[in-house]
Amino acid sequence: MKTFWQRFLGNPRVMICLLWLLFVVVIAVVAPAISPGDPFSIVGQPFLPPFGEYLFGTDSLGRSMLAGLVHGARTTLLIALIATISAVAVGALIGAVAGYYGGFVDDVLMRMTEFFQTIPAFVFAIVLVAILTPSAQSLVIAIAVVSWPPIARVVRGEVLTVKAREFVQAAVIAGERDSKILFREIIPNTLSPLIVTGSLLVATAILTESALAFLGLGAPNLMSWGFMVGAGRSFLRDAWWLVTIPGVAILITVLCINLVGEGLNDALNPRLHDL
Amino acid sequence: MSGPVLSIENLTVALPAWSDRPHAVEQVSLEIRANEILCVVGESGSGKSVMSKAILRLLPEPHVRVTEGRILFDQQDILSLSEDQVRALRGGRISMIFQEPMTALNPLMPVGRQIDEILEVHSDMTPAARRQRVVELFDDVRLPEPERLLTSYPHELSGGQRQRVMIAMALALEPALIIADEPTTALDVTTQAQILALMKDIQQRHGTSILFITHDFGVVAEIADRVAVMRFGKLVEEGTAEEVLSRPQADYTKDLIAAVPSLVPRDRESEEAQDQPVLVVRNLVKTYGGRGGLFGKVGRTVKAVADVSLAVENGQSVAVVGESGSGKSTLARCIVGLEVPEAGDVMLKGENIARLSRRALQPYRKVVQMVFQDPFASLNPRRKVGDIIALGPTIHGTSREAAWDQARELLGLVGLDPRAAERYPHEFSGGQRQRIGIARALAIKPQLIIADEPVSALDVSVQKQVLDLLDELRRTLSLSMLFITHDLRVAAHVCEQIVVMRNGELVEQGSTAEIFSNPQHDYTKALLDSVPGRDWRH
Repeated sequence: MKTFWQRFLGNPRVMICLLWLLFVVVIAVVAPAISPGDPFSIVGQPFLPPFGEYLFGTDSLGRSMLAGLVHGARTTLLIALIATISAVAVGALIGAVAGYYGGFVDDVLMRMTEFFQTIPAFVFAIVLVAILTPSAQSLVIAIAVVSWPPIARVVRGEVLTVKAREFVQAAVIAGERDSKILFREIIPNTLSPLIVTGSLLVATAILTESALAFLGLGAPNLMSWGFMVGAGRSFLRDAWWLVTIPGVAILITVLCINLVGEGLNDALNPRLHDL
Repeated sequence: MSGPVLSIENLTVALPAWSDRPHAVEQVSLEIRANEILCVVGESGSGKSVMSKAILRLLPEPHVRVTEGRILFDQQDILSLSEDQVRALRGGRISMIFQEPMTALNPLMPVGRQIDEILEVHSDMTPAARRQRVVELFDDVRLPEPERLLTSYPHELSGGQRQRVMIAMALALEPALIIADEPTTALDVTTQAQILALMKDIQQRHGTSILFITHDFGVVAEIADRVAVMRFGKLVEEGTAEEVLSRPQADYTKDLIAAVPSLVPRDRESEEAQDQPVLVVRNLVKTYGGRGGLFGKVGRTVKAVADVSLAVENGQSVAVVGESGSGKSTLARCIVGLEVPEAGDVMLKGENIARLSRRALQPYRKVVQMVFQDPFASLNPRRKVGDIIALGPTIHGTSREAAWDQARELLGLVGLDPRAAERYPHEFSGGQRQRIGIARALAIKPQLIIADEPVSALDVSVQKQVLDLLDELRRTLSLSMLFITHDLRVAAHVCEQIVVMRNGELVEQGSTAEIFSNPQHDYTKALLDSVPGRDWRH
């Protein structure tokens, strides 16, 4: 039997996508070195086409598209990652507690989860950002608030199956405390579906962040891919690159995250894939 | 006897590349003669099921496929038939009975209709004639009220009745050969005895041949005309039932037969007066269900344990014997504090722990520990064996290093390499895992071990080793044991006292010797009569 890493990295799609994601992350980290200064500053004439003086041309106000892209990668990735991590933490905790204690606790927590799920996610996010006033922080909160319910449901289901296994009863009989049983015996055995769902959530978070920024609800004074698409949309016919370049960046990144998530799923559940 | 009904010649079945061995079945040649029951016996992984599936071409190809050999039936090689021809054969000339009748029957279709469907596909009988035939078949397998059963759904029948329906289905087209893959393994002993008797009876009345796959030598002794023993995909021994059971030739067969616990009850060894029993259960009651849900629904209530009293003396081992649903596991769970009983007392060393909170129970965890049934579910796959064993002692205040040292010692005690502590559970076989489970139970140095069917998930040869280990440890560490089992052979092998339970009630209790020689209750008598191969002495 191959190990997890052999199965995961041996998948060519996963390798290609991981390379792309690594590339995006590196760019985001070294953004100030690639294009120093404020990405909002005007560097030349507006509407310069790509591959001329500036690699990706300039936008309607004469700002460098390249600077926007690299700094935008930073904002987009950071917001998506922090939002996902918070959503996973909250969702996993609520799901685990609901699944482990069952009964009344489960009823209350799950009805609450369903309440969040019945509200259309994107509309809810817009409302949240509007109430909290647009900022990076409120974007993170809005995205996290709309994305935790699926995590909670996945974790609850896993905890319910793991809880019934005999090693959990053995820990109870040994006199272990509930919190330790939950965190040391049960949750480590629910990690595979959690990792897969979590990785796919990053892609959704990027899309939500871009969509909010497109609508002008993004963080002010922070360049992001969604903001670039939104700012360039009225010039689609005259300057195609304003929308296309950040749009393609979003497309490839989201696609790659999805493919990596799928690869993770295949590698963590080898039997499904082999048979 | 005339020529063979089916002959398997040099059959080899390849396994996919990621398996632990290249072939599931290797160069097996077997004949099934007319009008006989051939039992194929083997432990898990012996290839017996794969072989039986190959006959009807039911292998999950292309991963598992036949690479060599022929399977001759009616002068034709089944392996070279077209898909249509094989389909005509399946259920027609050769039919199959599976282990779990609940999953083999379609839950959404009345059982009568499921048999009717076979007749509709394979014959040109009129609907009225088909209906008549189904009723005859139900009558033939001794199902009560066959007319009414026509419209019953599988969930409305008991396990034994469902298996009777499966047999009726297999008989529908008067096949020349029935392949039965562990058909009684999922059933209770008393039901198993009835089904075995029925199969033998039907085989004689219809002159059908039966290929009977099993792991249980008791069943073999009960039903077989001839026996084939398989191991690691190879045929080890073949002969008449009498030859193989009384004069086995191959060493492996001898070991397997020696590993079957005999029905001879053990003697009571300790007759000295005891000061205080380690465990006394008085009038214990536990009911499931009946709790109203969020919207106040009141469900059906089931009395899992009804007014049970028993005692375990110091150093004694007591078996609780019963079929599924007898409440024996619930009783065990009440004693270790996994369930809270509604009424009655559980006295551990004179202290009543029946309704203590989890915190208050803490000191008593050191007195009683449990060994679980399923060696695969009872060890956390993400923790090292050493951590699993050291868990109990560290909770009760031992330092991690000391607990690990003790874990290594315990691993040696249960017959494993002390270095196993560094490894993860998935690196061990079922029997080894059960040894780890025993080491974990011993880690807190309890005085009473509750063993809930600790060997029912293990192969016979491993079963014997684990039972002997438990028995030896019990003597050397002077432990008491409450042993939950459905198997009277196992009970007779390790316990001096037996408690028989049925439907949550205690039916009879006494010393093993007394119960075996002079059972008082009808149910105990029925249980003893149902042990497969009870007349076979080895």
